[in-house]
Amino acid sequence: MTDLAAINPTLLVFALIVASTPILLAALGELVVERSGVLNLGVEGMMIVGAICGFAAAYESQSPLLGFAAAALGGAALSLIFAFLTQFLLSNQVATGLALTLFGLGLAAMLGQNYSGEAVPATPRLNLGPISDIPFVGRVVFGHDWVVYFSLLMAALVWAFFKYTRPGLILRAVGENHDAAHALGYPVVAIRVAAIAFGGAMAGLGGAYISLVRVPTWTEGMTAGAGWIALAIVVFGAWRSGRVVLGAYLFGGVTILQLNLQAAGVAMSPELLSASPYLITIAVLVVISADRSRAALNAPAALGRTFHASS
Amino acid sequence: MIRLERRSEPNRLFAGITPVLAVVATMIAGGAMFAALGADPFVTIRTIFWDPLFSEQFASYSRPQLLVKAGPLILIAIGLSLGFRAGVWNIGAEGQYIMGAIAGAAVALAAYPLEAVWIFPAMILAGAIGGWAWAMIPAILRTRFNTNEILVSLLLVYVAEQVLASASTSWLRNPEGAGFPGSRNLAQYPSAANNEIIAGTGMHWGVAAAFIAVIAAYVLLSRHILGFNIRLAGQAPRAARFAGVSPNRLVLICFGASGALAGLAGLYEVAGPARQISIDFNVGYGFTAIIVAFLGRLHPVGILFAGLLMGLTYIGGELAQIMLGLPAAAIQSFQGMLLFFLLAGDVFTNFRVRFGGRVAA
Amino acid sequence: MKLKSMIAGAMIAAVAGFSAYADGHEPTKVAFVYVGPKDDGGWSQQHHAMATEMAEHFGDAVEFSYLDAVPEAESERVFTQLALAGNDIIFGTSFGYMDPMLAAAARFPDVKFEHATGYKTSDNMSNYGARFYEGRAIMGHIAGRMTETNKIGYIASFPVPEVLRGMSSAYVHAKKANPDVEMTVVWLNTWFDPPKEADATQAMIDQGIDVVLAHTDSIAPLQTIQASGQRVFGFGQAADMIQFAPAPRLSSIIDNWAPYYIARVQAVKDGTWESAATWHGIEEEMVGIGAFSEALPEDVRAEAQALMESIVSGEYHPFTGPLNKQDGSAWLADGEVANVGDLLGMGFVVEGLDVEIPN
Repeated sequence: MTDLAAINPTLLVFALIVASTPILLAALGELVVERSGVLNLGVEGMMIVGAICGFAAAYESQSPLLGFAAAALGGAALSLIFAFLTQFLLSNQVATGLALTLFGLGLAAMLGQNYSGEAVPATPRLNLGPISDIPFVGRVVFGHDWVVYFSLLMAALVWAFFKYTRPGLILRAVGENHDAAHALGYPVVAIRVAAIAFGGAMAGLGGAYISLVRVPTWTEGMTAGAGWIALAIVVFGAWRSGRVVLGAYLFGGVTILQLNLQAAGVAMSPELLSASPYLITIAVLVVISADRSRAALNAPAALGRTFHASS
Repeated sequence: MIRLERRSEPNRLFAGITPVLAVVATMIAGGAMFAALGADPFVTIRTIFWDPLFSEQFASYSRPQLLVKAGPLILIAIGLSLGFRAGVWNIGAEGQYIMGAIAGAAVALAAYPLEAVWIFPAMILAGAIGGWAWAMIPAILRTRFNTNEILVSLLLVYVAEQVLASASTSWLRNPEGAGFPGSRNLAQYPSAANNEIIAGTGMHWGVAAAFIAVIAAYVLLSRHILGFNIRLAGQAPRAARFAGVSPNRLVLICFGASGALAGLAGLYEVAGPARQISIDFNVGYGFTAIIVAFLGRLHPVGILFAGLLMGLTYIGGELAQIMLGLPAAAIQSFQGMLLFFLLAGDVFTNFRVRFGGRVAA
Repeated sequence: MKLKSMIAGAMIAAVAGFSAYADGHEPTKVAFVYVGPKDDGGWSQQHHAMATEMAEHFGDAVEFSYLDAVPEAESERVFTQLALAGNDIIFGTSFGYMDPMLAAAARFPDVKFEHATGYKTSDNMSNYGARFYEGRAIMGHIAGRMTETNKIGYIASFPVPEVLRGMSSAYVHAKKANPDVEMTVVWLNTWFDPPKEADATQAMIDQGIDVVLAHTDSIAPLQTIQASGQRVFGFGQAADMIQFAPAPRLSSIIDNWAPYYIARVQAVKDGTWESAATWHGIEEEMVGIGAFSEALPEDVRAEAQALMESIVSGEYHPFTGPLNKQDGSAWLADGEVANVGDLLGMGFVVEGLDVEIPN
């Protein structure tokens, strides 16, 4: 009873955009962090804290918008712990990031004790009347909630920031060679702290998209590993925002497609289908990176290295 | 104004003192959190740090359990530390741990119900090979196709979890298990069981392997040319290249070693404390071990202590939940705090804190 | 703050534990171990709610504690430490706790152990489970009657007997109610991932499925249905999920463990506890059926009610022949009723369901 015709491309694309948005938001934030030369593995922790802060604020205020604002603040606040430890006390970034995830998961669970089973008001989707009724385009292009557009806008802004602005250039310089940037008089630590806070805010927004839009509820551990995927997508996207968008949509797309294939009655091993987003992401990356001429290793040269001014 | 000045050599005194200070600071900050939650901070701290070791009620059981919990963490962290020193990033030890367990268990289940002395050694070999093979995927993709090893090793964790689900529900499922997921109970299969070497001590073969790994890594890093190359590659990649150290060879060696050790940890766990292959067999040792590796400053002896300390917070955290009704989330946050303080403490080991004006560089 | 008062309560209980009661009776110490976080919105949360109900029932006569998010591979140590802590009876509410609990039970012959959803027992370890398939029969019937597209969906976690039994029961009764119905199964291969549950539900809705049965426990499927704004229905799972009534929630299968918990703890207090294997259904109220929604037409409600009553009275068994297995081989002859062993270890689904099941 396999019925592939039942898969509606319009709805498929619509669903994949929704499913990819949390990962995309978090990945864009982490992209900026890593471009500044800092590796923060605490994305999952910041996302889950964003999810609960967003949910709690939206519940108390009955305003999803305030929820998202609180999520960004919550994520940023948590990331500042990381910033303080790694930038001022010069702790190891990999370990501090992992500790941040551990701490964030615990903190979010404690904050969320009173919010289990509660509901928040829905985040409305764009309704442009007749335009929204145009086949495919109306739904896929004009039918989303504001956060989806915001995520794409942020992708464009991040791209423009690095390509056209002086602060973007400076941030990249800090990520490539912090000693040289310091010698030129740029405040390396301040720039990195700002980047880390931005990353935290974006991860928080990504988490809130899960708790306020995807599954408008609070349950412990509800981000279910999305932060790790966001980290992988940054690498996949070779630290470029356009490719991060592609990576996030590819990952979300395969996830949605495999569920749709199952719903259409395709009989395949469920394990293989569940593993498919990971396998395909790896496969695509191998193909891209195998072309050595193009694979100028895009990783910021100072990524993960501790900066100390007098050294 | 406060300034930091890099020490030419890590200060040994501070290297010893700061972890203690960090634990004390965590006790204060964590105590404040527990007090805010309505629990007695002193009782809570005592329950976490003291009772697992010395309480009459629990210690005879929980002290050995400390080794059981720390063993796999140390074993995996030792392997990872080699790569981390060389700048080779294996983030996917969790997946290698799973694959080692599956490979080792598969050997035992294929041999079942035969009783023979070769079975356990064969399982150990299979466990190491399973973890090694899974680690070779990101390593070879790195050396052949220049694919980022962080991404591949991390994503392969999720793939390994699906392999685990498949193994638990079909090809390694216990045929006498009434259709339920999960393999036979290896602890009840004498030739395959990873029992305590000395009863009542918690010292099973995996813990012994962890201690051996600590010693081996120590010797390797301080006495052997490979250890020197690993350190050199991490500290001065260009110099290493001039010295004839092949980066690709290092990637293969570091991934191979860390994968094999993670696989071993998985094997010892599945044949011992966990008893069987099941859908939720993995509990995050592979990720926690990354923290342990850095907490131990990538030094074998440091990793030994870091692993034991992490183990203590797990066991003590459970006791706090049992005796004081604290939520698991509070314990998790507490562990996070402890790690923050420990990581922050390194600053005193590597830097000198100076007060006052700027000195000409 | 709830948490604060809860801990305060535990502290008071702990203090009370040191002082013997006036009549010389110490409170019975009861511990629960959950596999998921106690706020998971599903399986573990429901167990915790029911355990809390038990604790409230006994008041001071019981000292209740719990541990949540305990991985199965680590559970033996937790059970052992709970026994060392002086608990009289320890409940473990995940299938995977079976062998670890058995090992712990062997070491503490005086402590009573209760294991949910397994099949092994020992002198001091019972197992208990619920005949959720009885509830699934009713939900299946409603689904078959309510679908307009003749396409219904089943969100499944892993191919384990509980899930295969559930989908078979739902399918058989949907088909009885509506011979044209087709049921699609989507495997998530996870017990807990609310976003993925939402995605799967959306995929089903997008493909014209208009009744969704979920064997994962979160409210994500019902939320997704509600947000879709389309004529699609679902059911409460584990908890009543009444907040989604009258639509999309048409009824629910409620894991009603409290009566069992109260009875077992009472048995410990009375000294009458005995090891047993319990598999209760709607009749014993371990499986609760949530109120039928007003969104159901009168006749469908009456049919569902009648089906429930016939199951409760024992006059009808949801797995009554003739039924074939998926591969076409005979399972139950005409009028034959499935035996407990077959059901407990069900490694197949009934004929007509098109799913991939590992062997």
